[in-house]
Amino acid sequence: MIYLDNSATTVAFSEVLETYQKTALRYFGNPSSLHGYGSEAEHLLRQARQSIAGILDIKANELIFTSGGTEGNNLAIKGVAYARRRRGNHIITTAVEHPSVLNTCRYLEKNGFEVTYLPVDNDGFVSLQDVKDASREETILVSIMHVNHETGAIQPVEKIGEWLKTREKIRFHVDHVQGAAKVPLHLHNSGIDLCTLSGHKFHGLKGTGMLYIREGVQIEPLLHGGGQEQNLRSGTENLPGIVAFAKALRLAYERYSEAKQALQTHKHELMQALRKREGMLINTPEEGSAPHIINVSISGTRPEIVIQALSKKDIHVSSKSACSARLQTASEVLDAQFGPGERAETGLRFSLGYNTTEVDIQQLLEALDEVVPEIRRVKEVKA
Amino acid sequence: MNVDHILVRYSEIALKGKNRATFERTLKGNINRALAPFPQARAKRTTGRLIVDIHNEDAEAIMKKLRHIFGIVSLSYALKTSHELIDIQATALEVMNQNQSAKTFKVNARRSYKSFPIRSQQLNHDVGGYVLKNSEGITVDVHNPDVELLVEVREQGTYISAGKISGPGGLPVGSSGKVMLMLSGGIDSPVSGYLALKRGTQIEAIHFHSPPFTNERAKQKVIDLSRVLADYGGSVRLHVIPFTDLQQYIHEEVAMNYEMTIMRRVMMRISEQVAREQEALAIVNGESLGQVSSQTLESMHTIEEVANTPVLRPLITMDKVEVTDIAKQIGTYETSILPYEDCCTIFLPAESKTKPKREKARFYESFLDMDEKINTAVSNRETFVIDAENRSNEAFAELL
Repeated sequence: MIYLDNSATTVAFSEVLETYQKTALRYFGNPSSLHGYGSEAEHLLRQARQSIAGILDIKANELIFTSGGTEGNNLAIKGVAYARRRRGNHIITTAVEHPSVLNTCRYLEKNGFEVTYLPVDNDGFVSLQDVKDASREETILVSIMHVNHETGAIQPVEKIGEWLKTREKIRFHVDHVQGAAKVPLHLHNSGIDLCTLSGHKFHGLKGTGMLYIREGVQIEPLLHGGGQEQNLRSGTENLPGIVAFAKALRLAYERYSEAKQALQTHKHELMQALRKREGMLINTPEEGSAPHIINVSISGTRPEIVIQALSKKDIHVSSKSACSARLQTASEVLDAQFGPGERAETGLRFSLGYNTTEVDIQQLLEALDEVVPEIRRVKEVKA
Repeated sequence: MNVDHILVRYSEIALKGKNRATFERTLKGNINRALAPFPQARAKRTTGRLIVDIHNEDAEAIMKKLRHIFGIVSLSYALKTSHELIDIQATALEVMNQNQSAKTFKVNARRSYKSFPIRSQQLNHDVGGYVLKNSEGITVDVHNPDVELLVEVREQGTYISAGKISGPGGLPVGSSGKVMLMLSGGIDSPVSGYLALKRGTQIEAIHFHSPPFTNERAKQKVIDLSRVLADYGGSVRLHVIPFTDLQQYIHEEVAMNYEMTIMRRVMMRISEQVAREQEALAIVNGESLGQVSSQTLESMHTIEEVANTPVLRPLITMDKVEVTDIAKQIGTYETSILPYEDCCTIFLPAESKTKPKREKARFYESFLDMDEKINTAVSNRETFVIDAENRSNEAFAELL
């Protein structure tokens, strides 16, 4: 089996599952309970928080545990919008965000907020100048992803954050779901106020995640209740999930930093090889992209069919974000990058993991050489 | 950033004669203890400085540790080179190039190695001229430069650095003897301990625990606070005194409005006894002169009567806001505000004398028989040695 859909989700590290199981059995107490089990659970919760804070070089009180990327993005965007609505109603984001950002913004548009969706250039990058030009007196939030989930393009969030430091009224949210453990991002130094992470994208478990909220930044909660997580995310803490998240983050940092060179090499080779093939256009920029994502448009095919055909050979890839893959439309990301047309409709995404090998890449290429001409032939016949 | 050394400067004004060697030795010991997680990095003494050789360790992580060590006035990342002028010039240029945002600079050369043939003034010129000639868009500004290139010619080589990072000041922990800190778990006492450390004392901490009236978590909180203090003080020995018996006894026997005063006198006696056993020469607490029942001048006067040891109150003149600011800055605030009952709040009587008198306190105590209870509490104390490093609980370590 060759799994090249690590941007959709990853297989959990076995150590992470062990941690989950041990925690669920041994430290099942509710961290809010006063008895010994509660107290132990609460202590472990704090240790997990400490451990994560250490890895990300933030303070332990600057992170809120969530159920994953979608919740983190919703909490950050709605949380800031509702906490700051008296100061303004304008939000800036980009046209290439994940659906959990785009659709949250669209929802806010129905509720009295104005949203600017910034364009990207042909390489998929948003520009600092565009952010500057779009910002106005009423702007309260800028939300820009770090690594694009379809093309791997790394947005200049550090530069944008640096400029936003001079605009005190504007909060800066970064969706770091695809970048975490793979592309370094220093939260404290980069002018970032809020940052979303999701556990299952780096070999943690589904249903785990966190939102970084810089000390001093106020947001409104989405969930009201027992006041857990500094009153920002009520609900009994998912302790096994949280501890597993901490474990996954630590291991992912180790393993991806070890695999960094190999990933770069694989990516480079794959891009070189694809470029040589007819009717294949690389949508991932050569410079300034994550080491694990390669996006290519294959003319004369439909991505769903290529995916099916590869899947029969036990090679698993995808087209756009899994969250929108079921909709039979062009990729919004590629559409924003190249405009409507075949290129936006035929994008295929290969996302590698720390354990992807040279052989995996070779087999992928061989399989493509087999299935793509066949699909093209069938399509032509029909036409 | 390419650096291979960190220069450590300390205040020389206070140092004369024999003290100096002790001071330097203590500081060096503290630095090397803090650098234990970086086995290759070691501090060495040279005239008027300590120099940390980084080897292949993480310079920024080391700098972070050093910025918590009292006695250090300032620090610089440095590159080491030879005594050859061309090497010095080239290295100075390299250091300058690592400061991309700088528009202006000046060179400040010092020559403590007197066999080096070029005098400092001349060296300023030689190095400054070379850097200027080989870079673009920068100029010399001797009054207010963006970067001050420090060139220190020492016997073992030349160290070149750009600017200084301030250290915490104070005196090296352990150079002023040992004190016993009364650590409640609130905001004030950890700050008080921090300030005691700053003046070079080594601290042990004492905490009064009254299970089941106070929660295990209150104790955990004090352990966590001790750990933060250990970050600045190397390690902290924590004494947890079983206080339930005494507290209940006082609660039952003493008139309500003197309960608090008597309890505090007993705590003071116990602290003094533990201090004596541990050879600590003073007691430190977090009191600030104020309106709160036990912190009025009258109250201090009455409580301190039972002690025959200096009671130091580093916070005595501070406002709550100032204390809170320090707590946030040193990293104890978040733990301090966790809402667990400690032994002060749980037995809080409905009414307390804000101006207690010594005679009255003595009168009430004359009906009590506490000596044995106090001895029992002292000898049954639980003692923990808390290191900064041992951050996560053993059982949790495998999970995380």
